[in-house]
Amino acid sequence: MEPILTKYVSEPNSYTLDFYTSHGGYQAVRKALGMTPDEIIDVTKKSGLRGRGGAGFPTGLKWSFLPKDNPKPKYLCVNADESEPGTFKDHVLLERNPHLLYEGCVIACRAIGAKVCYIYIRGEFSHMQRQMEDELAKAYAAGFVGKNILGSGTDCDIYIHRGAGAYEAGEETALIESLEGKRAQPRIKPPFPAVVGLYGCPTIVNNVETICNVPVIIEKGWEWFAAIGPEKNSGPKLYCVSGHVNKPGVFETSMDVTLRQLIYDFAGGIRGGKTLKAIIPGGSSTPVLTPEHLDVQASFDGLAKAGSMLGSAALIVMDETTSMVWVAMNLLHFYKHESCGKCTPCREGADWLFKILTKIERGEGRMRDVELLTSICNNIGGKTLCPFGDAEIAPVLSTIQHFRHEYEQYIREGHGPAQPEWRASEPVGAH
Amino acid sequence: MSFHPQMPYGSGWHKSDRTFAEPGPPFAFTDEHRARFEEIAARYPPDWRKSAILAALYLVQEQQGWISGNSMRHVAEVIGCTAADVEDVVSYYVMYFTKPVGKYVLQVCRTLSCALLGAERVTSEIARALDIKVGETDTSGTFTLLEFECLGACDRAPVVMVNNEHWHECQRPEDVRQLLDGLRTKGVAALSGCHLVKER
Repeated sequence: MEPILTKYVSEPNSYTLDFYTSHGGYQAVRKALGMTPDEIIDVTKKSGLRGRGGAGFPTGLKWSFLPKDNPKPKYLCVNADESEPGTFKDHVLLERNPHLLYEGCVIACRAIGAKVCYIYIRGEFSHMQRQMEDELAKAYAAGFVGKNILGSGTDCDIYIHRGAGAYEAGEETALIESLEGKRAQPRIKPPFPAVVGLYGCPTIVNNVETICNVPVIIEKGWEWFAAIGPEKNSGPKLYCVSGHVNKPGVFETSMDVTLRQLIYDFAGGIRGGKTLKAIIPGGSSTPVLTPEHLDVQASFDGLAKAGSMLGSAALIVMDETTSMVWVAMNLLHFYKHESCGKCTPCREGADWLFKILTKIERGEGRMRDVELLTSICNNIGGKTLCPFGDAEIAPVLSTIQHFRHEYEQYIREGHGPAQPEWRASEPVGAH
Repeated sequence: MSFHPQMPYGSGWHKSDRTFAEPGPPFAFTDEHRARFEEIAARYPPDWRKSAILAALYLVQEQQGWISGNSMRHVAEVIGCTAADVEDVVSYYVMYFTKPVGKYVLQVCRTLSCALLGAERVTSEIARALDIKVGETDTSGTFTLLEFECLGACDRAPVVMVNNEHWHECQRPEDVRQLLDGLRTKGVAALSGCHLVKER
């Protein structure tokens, strides 16, 4: 499939307003200004666009949840807090194609009746913030953003808000809390943000890639968009491939692609002629798959059928030298560190899981620890306010499911497979 | 048990783990920083100046290098919230330094994609070269070494961020000394940046 969102990203100056407008940019916004908000929502619904942040919720449907009779201002928040391990697709869009995002923001704001849009970028993306703000100022000056856009009487102000390093801020209610100047901790739902969100007002939170698809749908029509990829998984999708592959990177294709094509055709296969051992298909929060799943379709529904998730479409590829107990331990260090601390099962559970995994990895585990890990996981999953709890147990349960023999080897023999050269000989860091 | 840390309990039982923020030197925004803060605060509804708290704390860090107890109190005054509100935020986010740090804070990504390509070794080589542990600053006050969770540039692994802002990609463990010498002599200009996309 010919790339759509990332078609020009490797062209020099692809991020500038001049480049964007000379390649057909800001045409969709003209068209959208001639449509009613309901028409925009309807077209988005028919296109089958599903949220690209992880959950895959239909975007048009989400927009239609906004109450029509609420007199309070409405807000659009763009989730650019991309921090799911393995994911860097929004990073590319923000850096190389920011005007596509701004155009999408203006159209989405018109659809939901918002006059203000906040783009929440993660704190680590400050190296792009200056460029994004410069380009935004140019879009303001050209009349594509701001008051009375292109003389239509429609207003839409866009502001960039920088976070400060918190994975949890990627959850929509936690993002809203963080925007309000508090700790990024999730809220109890309901009420959903569409009813009570930012500053107590109706709010829609969408991922960067989701919003970037909106101008494309408006410009080319929902029929064209829906025809890309398998049914119910329509539109272009950005895949991030990292880990032990020859050519890691972001690849845009339709969702009928298989994991095998992504790893061997797009990313050039496994490094150093080694063999594939395990794949994380959608960011670290999705269950690990094995080479037998290579022919699974990398779509929302295809991966769900295989017992995993598309998530943020971030493939982390691991070769034969990787110890799966170590993988679970590395990821649980992440979850233990990033747990916001609000719900006890997640906060305490992540720490317990990490401690037990560390013990097993050091060769000090007992056979019953494997059951203990499973039991702790089962007491976290579904028992937290946000999906973080389900995310943190995925690496543990799926590695036990597919690589139980490795856990047992650590426990029986006191050590795992031979340590690969890419690991440090002694433990690093303060655990 | 979390009681007030200064209450004179006899046994260790009642002792709290809580430590007060280091007060640091007296603090007030310079006129320039104050003006930049007000500009950012204007992006939010007038009742929600607190939305600008993260930006205010970045400005403190830019001015003073770290966030002290006195600066938290100043931010609270400027925003119109309590100092506890500010400390609540500071203690949650990882990009605020609550102790003085070295001139260059090396933030090495440690999460899976970077770890698969040698991030553990990068950290241990830096620690060896500077003779410090993770979280410490070297004796000359030039470098502080931190481990960070996923920075979001996994195809350029292992990634190192410096001072919350500057990036260095594809850091090989063997080349750690080169990176440190480069920073010493050329400053952040020695860093490679982050190139997810190569321009044609």
